[in-house]
Amino acid sequence: MASVTFEHVNKRFGDFVALNDLNISIADKEFLVLVGPSGCGKTTALRCLAGLEEVTSGSVKIGDQVVNDVPPKDRDIAMVFQSYALYPHMTVYDNMAFGLKLRKLPKDKIKQRVENAAQVLGIEALLKRRPRELSGGQRQRVAVGRAIVREPKVFLFDEPLSNLDAKLRVQTRAEISKLHLNLQTTFIYVTHDQTEAMTMASRIAVMNKGILQQLDTPQTLYDKPANMFVAGFIGSPAMNFFPASLRKDGSELFVDANEFAVKVPEDRAAIYMPYAGKQVIFGIRPEDIHNPLFVPPGIHAAPVDAKVDVTELMGNEIFLYLVSGKNSFVARVDPRTRFTIGSKVQVAFNMDNFHIFDPSANADNPVAVR
Amino acid sequence: MTRKRSRLLLYLPLVAVAIFYLIPVYVMLVTGLKGFEEVNLKTMWDLPNGIQFDNFIEAYNKLAPHLWNSINMVLPAAVISSILGSLNGYVLAKWKFKGADIIFPLILFGMFIPYQSILIPLVEFMKTINLYGGLPGLVLTHVIYGIPITTLTFRNYYATIPKELVEAAKIDGAGMMGVYWNILLPISIPSFVVVLIWQFTQAWNDFLFAVVLTSPSNWPITVALNNMAGSQIVAWNVQMAGSFLTALPTLLVYIFLGRYFLRGMMAGALKG
Repeated sequence: MASVTFEHVNKRFGDFVALNDLNISIADKEFLVLVGPSGCGKTTALRCLAGLEEVTSGSVKIGDQVVNDVPPKDRDIAMVFQSYALYPHMTVYDNMAFGLKLRKLPKDKIKQRVENAAQVLGIEALLKRRPRELSGGQRQRVAVGRAIVREPKVFLFDEPLSNLDAKLRVQTRAEISKLHLNLQTTFIYVTHDQTEAMTMASRIAVMNKGILQQLDTPQTLYDKPANMFVAGFIGSPAMNFFPASLRKDGSELFVDANEFAVKVPEDRAAIYMPYAGKQVIFGIRPEDIHNPLFVPPGIHAAPVDAKVDVTELMGNEIFLYLVSGKNSFVARVDPRTRFTIGSKVQVAFNMDNFHIFDPSANADNPVAVR
Repeated sequence: MTRKRSRLLLYLPLVAVAIFYLIPVYVMLVTGLKGFEEVNLKTMWDLPNGIQFDNFIEAYNKLAPHLWNSINMVLPAAVISSILGSLNGYVLAKWKFKGADIIFPLILFGMFIPYQSILIPLVEFMKTINLYGGLPGLVLTHVIYGIPITTLTFRNYYATIPKELVEAAKIDGAGMMGVYWNILLPISIPSFVVVLIWQFTQAWNDFLFAVVLTSPSNWPITVALNNMAGSQIVAWNVQMAGSFLTALPTLLVYIFLGRYFLRGMMAGALKG
């Protein structure tokens, strides 16, 4: 049971900067998910914490102790690998008991812990089997079991679900969340899948190119992304972006994206007024674009003309791939919508829930204006 | 039908080549079973008049001490060079240190040095360290000459072991030797079989090192066999029986462990 802190951590592999001044404080018992595209540094951060990589500079702390020079075995952590990394020549029991044997725990204590963990994970019947006799899902459980029996201060997960099929992944996701609740220990979980991050985390750290983009609760991340990268990464389908300018017309403010102009509601106009006349990026999530027939009551809806490119019926909703001038964007609309491909339609933007990003400071990753 | 025919086309040449290869063995065996007066060039292809094992008994009596010399030399030589190769391979594959990429080719370079070219310095060196003439010196030579091939075999095998396995063991609490002992060593048994068989055969069949490094009482069986032939007349029947006895151990090793040998050779190619 411990907090974890990254303080100004840098990690370079030759010229490649894997971690660039990473600062994260993870509270005791927190479930932190590190998420980002491949090569963003999330796994490197986890490996630095595990002691499998040395940091180039900065410090990594577990509790109050700086662990930079502590070997992995003395960090009191346990890790679940993407490939599970089960010892192929050992039975499931021995795989789970290995770490405890090395720590010279009494035999009966080892037995008790392994059997407890096996029971929690529902793998009691497999204890005498070898890894090659197990299915992917069973191997994954054994890998988790091997971590549980150690009763570590911190659990590390490196994309543990990515080798499972879709159905099992959803099921295991819920089980890991439950495990976190039961164990009351710090979990640090690396994934490239934003759904996993959103569903399990108490807080999410979004990373890109070795830099921490935003660290917050899933809801805040979704509602108030700090920049365009986070806005585009969290949420599926991704947020739509339009290059636009903010145009002042009397006391009213419009987002002008050339092909269409939408009015900013009065209550939000004040925030964006300083950007009037400037080039910005206008962002709106697919679920905030509606079929005008099914607009929820009480929102500021702004009409936008577009052409239907593709429609995808998901059952409970329809994804509309729309084109407006040079911009293509996605809308998640009511399944009763009957738009035909190629037709010109009007959709309604929910102007109570849009985002403005300012590219003036960083054109590659415009910052959200709040 | 065509399948059967293609099988036949495959097996015919294989059988023909196998027979061709076994001709010397045939001559060795039939000559070994013949009486002295029966042996001559005209009848060398003929079967013996009667089965009798006197030649084998005589050859065994002459070669027995040297057979034991060979066993006493070969077993430690094969075991020690396999263990050293395994340790080398482990470090070179999983604990890459600065300069590892220079050290490894240098070790391999040892494989390409012809034995003959180092005989004089080798003898002088063995004299200096007081190991000349006895079996320990020969063991040491075979161990060192075995290191390149054993290192190569193990390094290549360990390179196929996912690094996560080592990392998981490190996190579980194992140090460098702990990882080797608990994880890598048990899963490299197939490689050990390959390397042990190979080293066993190399050391057993060696003649050159043995003849220059050991004194007559310490001769291994290969050298003793060569010296069994008298200077005036050669008792070919006894000589052939002795040859068979000399070849027998490696033959048995291949017959009984051959499938593990093949399996081990393939092990590196398989995942998981």
